[in-house]
Amino acid sequence: MASLIDRVSRKAREECVPLGLHLDLTWRCNERCIHCYLDHDDAAELSLDEIRGLLNQCADAGVFFLTLSGGEIFLRRDLRAIVAHARERGFDIKLKTNAILITEADTAWIRDYGVHRVQISIYSHRAETHDAITKVPGSLARSLAAIRMLRDSGVHVAIACVLMRPNFRDFSGVRTLAAELGAEFTIDPTITPHLNGDRSILGLNIGRDELASLFRDETLVGDAAAFCAPPPPVDADVLDGVPCSAGHTSCYISPHGDVYPCVQFPLSCGNVRQTPFMEIWRHSARLREVRAIRARDLSICSSCGHVGTCSRCPGLAFMEGSMYGPSAADCEKTFIRTGIPTGNMRRNAEGRSQPAGPLVQIGLAGSQHRTQRGFE
Amino acid sequence: MRNAYPVRAPNLASRVLNGEAIIMNPADSTLFTLNETATVIWLAADGTRTLREIVETEVCTQFEVDPETAILEAEEFAASLAGHSILRFAAGTKGQE
Repeated sequence: MASLIDRVSRKAREECVPLGLHLDLTWRCNERCIHCYLDHDDAAELSLDEIRGLLNQCADAGVFFLTLSGGEIFLRRDLRAIVAHARERGFDIKLKTNAILITEADTAWIRDYGVHRVQISIYSHRAETHDAITKVPGSLARSLAAIRMLRDSGVHVAIACVLMRPNFRDFSGVRTLAAELGAEFTIDPTITPHLNGDRSILGLNIGRDELASLFRDETLVGDAAAFCAPPPPVDADVLDGVPCSAGHTSCYISPHGDVYPCVQFPLSCGNVRQTPFMEIWRHSARLREVRAIRARDLSICSSCGHVGTCSRCPGLAFMEGSMYGPSAADCEKTFIRTGIPTGNMRRNAEGRSQPAGPLVQIGLAGSQHRTQRGFE
Repeated sequence: MRNAYPVRAPNLASRVLNGEAIIMNPADSTLFTLNETATVIWLAADGTRTLREIVETEVCTQFEVDPETAILEAEEFAASLAGHSILRFAAGTKGQE
């Protein structure tokens, strides 16, 4: 299956087809998670008619994998109509939600529309921890009730656990809970800077020792020795490689119609209210620039021995200063994983100026397009 | 099977990229890709024409192929997809052979 997806992705890249779309339907939310990177204003969300039109354009453009996310998508009263239209247009549909508004009636249409997977955020198996993160008393109980309803309706559920300091010790409990509920389980120890530029939430990131313990947990990474092995020599193929799928075969659209290469790559490339999606996708100068970048073009990473295996997220690099530069957060991850400093770290140790922002984030799998076993 | 009326299973995700279909069955997360000929059959499988009619009116007119060879391969293809529950045969057909 993986090789088939790789083949489809390669073909999409060759044809410049946006195979995957992450569409945020709203930034409004009924939880106030302490690590959230969004503003929860509801200004000028795309209307149902606009979303239907956008989905039509995206289907015609070749989008296949559609993730509907937010904010909390069930705050949109027209969600069912949106999903119905997405089904009509043949998308592979994934929903991301906290699930606390899902009713039994919802589970029926989610199943009947053939939604592939519903991903639900669970931060702890203990209510006091989960509810403290969401800032909504009773939220864990409501999310778990929804998971059981979905499961009983035959809907595939994935539990996503963002790991941070307050809940790090609970991830194994969440994993056990997921197994009991028949749900998939993923963890993500990446905290993203707030879209308004506030980086204070990065202080929630887990520490080096904690991240190192994850990297050596074979239930998460498979063969830990292989996962943490030094990188192989860099060759021409590596230097001709592209950083990730962002802007190549996938993109993100905000609730207000702004198009970005990825949800973690806030480089505005156009707005679907002013310009048809396909025109943005094909002709945006910024997207074309993103697509043109090869590993050999990266200002510091191109000479780093880790360049072929590092999980460098171009979006995080962009947020740290330059999409051609290193992501200090990913340098840190690579160092913790392999024990070998990156080129950027050596450069900084030699006293040369760091082109990016402060080293404040520790994380793993910086983009949804860099899925590793057990992580998202 | 050549006189049966194939119809795509409901609620599948599918897209055609450069003439070749990709199909996801959300029930079991199985991904399929079809070549151009199979994609023509897949797109035509709406339950209104028999497999034989689809081959004669779509496949044989778009591809240089021997009709009998085409129908045999189409039967094999349809049986394979039916085995994965992504293709069905509409009720009231001339018979599933």
